Amino acid sequence: MVAIHALDVASRGGRLATLPTAGFIARMPGNARETESAETAERERIRDLQLVATTRDRAAFRRLFDHYGPRVKAYLRRLGTDEDTAEDLTQEVFVSIWRRAEQFDPAKASVGTLVFTIARNKRIDALRRDRAPTQEADDPELEIDPAPRGDAVAELAQMSALVMRAVETLPEEQKKLLKIFYFEEKPHSAIAQELGLPLGTVKSRLRLALAKLRALLGEEQT
Amino acid sequence: MTDALTLDELLLGHAAGSLPEPLDLVVRTHLALSPDGRRRYRLYRALAGALLETLEPVAMRPGAWERLDRAIDRVEPIRVPPVSVGDPRVPPPLRPYVPEGYERLPWRNLGPASEVELPIGTPGYRARLIQLKGGKSIPRHTHKGHEITVVIEGSFRDVQGVHRRGDLVVADATVDHSPVADEDCLCLAVTDAPLKLTGPIGRLLNPLLRI
Repeated sequence: MVAIHALDVASRGGRLATLPTAGFIARMPGNARETESAETAERERIRDLQLVATTRDRAAFRRLFDHYGPRVKAYLRRLGTDEDTAEDLTQEVFVSIWRRAEQFDPAKASVGTLVFTIARNKRIDALRRDRAPTQEADDPELEIDPAPRGDAVAELAQMSALVMRAVETLPEEQKKLLKIFYFEEKPHSAIAQELGLPLGTVKSRLRLALAKLRALLGEEQT
Repeated sequence: MTDALTLDELLLGHAAGSLPEPLDLVVRTHLALSPDGRRRYRLYRALAGALLETLEPVAMRPGAWERLDRAIDRVEPIRVPPVSVGDPRVPPPLRPYVPEGYERLPWRNLGPASEVELPIGTPGYRARLIQLKGGKSIPRHTHKGHEITVVIEGSFRDVQGVHRRGDLVVADATVDHSPVADEDCLCLAVTDAPLKLTGPIGRLLNPLLRI
């Protein structure tokens, strides 16, 4: 396996990430090549976002929209947003990405995570009455850690592909549960009822899934 | 089994955008102050991006790209990151509630502590800032629901250990505690049900006190 050891994008502040791939891949069950191809796809998306940021490249932006637009819409529809609103909010999400492309740091989060975070904030702002509009300046998620550890920068750039692969390896029931927790706005007791399981079982299943992901990603258990 | 909240469930809930605003505010404050919290949170953020890829895509309407292509003609890129305004001592997520610094808030004196309620406006929840002087303690109490606390300045300790700046602490009916400030301490505390005093005198005061 050939690990690619640096993102060939000019990341902000001239940081080039050296990726400790081997350790991660060794822990990853299944086919390492699949992880690599997910990484390649991720690198292409990072490059597209960089092209949007540096040259306002509309072809690159269109590729991002073609990939993520229908997924953002799916996310919004799954959370009960009606068809018209989901279409409009998805448009707004991408206008926001276009405007703020220069501020994104590929070391901070994957493109998918950025898209999700913006979609999540737009949805909350549109649908919730109990919250002032998200102050993007005040969103700690979109801030850059003042002093990231050297390897934290690298790990972040790689995490998306690895997490995606790790999610694939989870038992079907745990995968389903994670999706419910992320994509259905329900109290945990309602989730348990829907699945016909005791609340304790749902919670321990969730804990198991998260512990497995942390182990696969080599994160310390706390 | 009660619906006990854990730090991980709060982090996941914040990542998913499914927390009620008061709980979300506590998590945002925690993330703003705690490098460890941000490190732990990375998995939940990454998971959101990964799960987005697993959703069955829902086609955009015909002409969606052309619509977007026209829309971005009419907007300017935002080149400079937005600058956060307000008192730099106040964690950014709290600034909408503390526009002019802590001193200008309408503090209510409660003896060992003083508190101010934030106008959070979500039924069933209270969000308060609590100041506790070094060496002072809050009367022993337990909780009918959850009490989620983030230390903003200073530190306090209770049966669960020492809690420092940025730490997020969940207490519920299983936690009977009398928090003591090691040094002057400022916390954000969100409760979803009234506290219940459990000391011998506290029990008598329960009907009277709202602490």
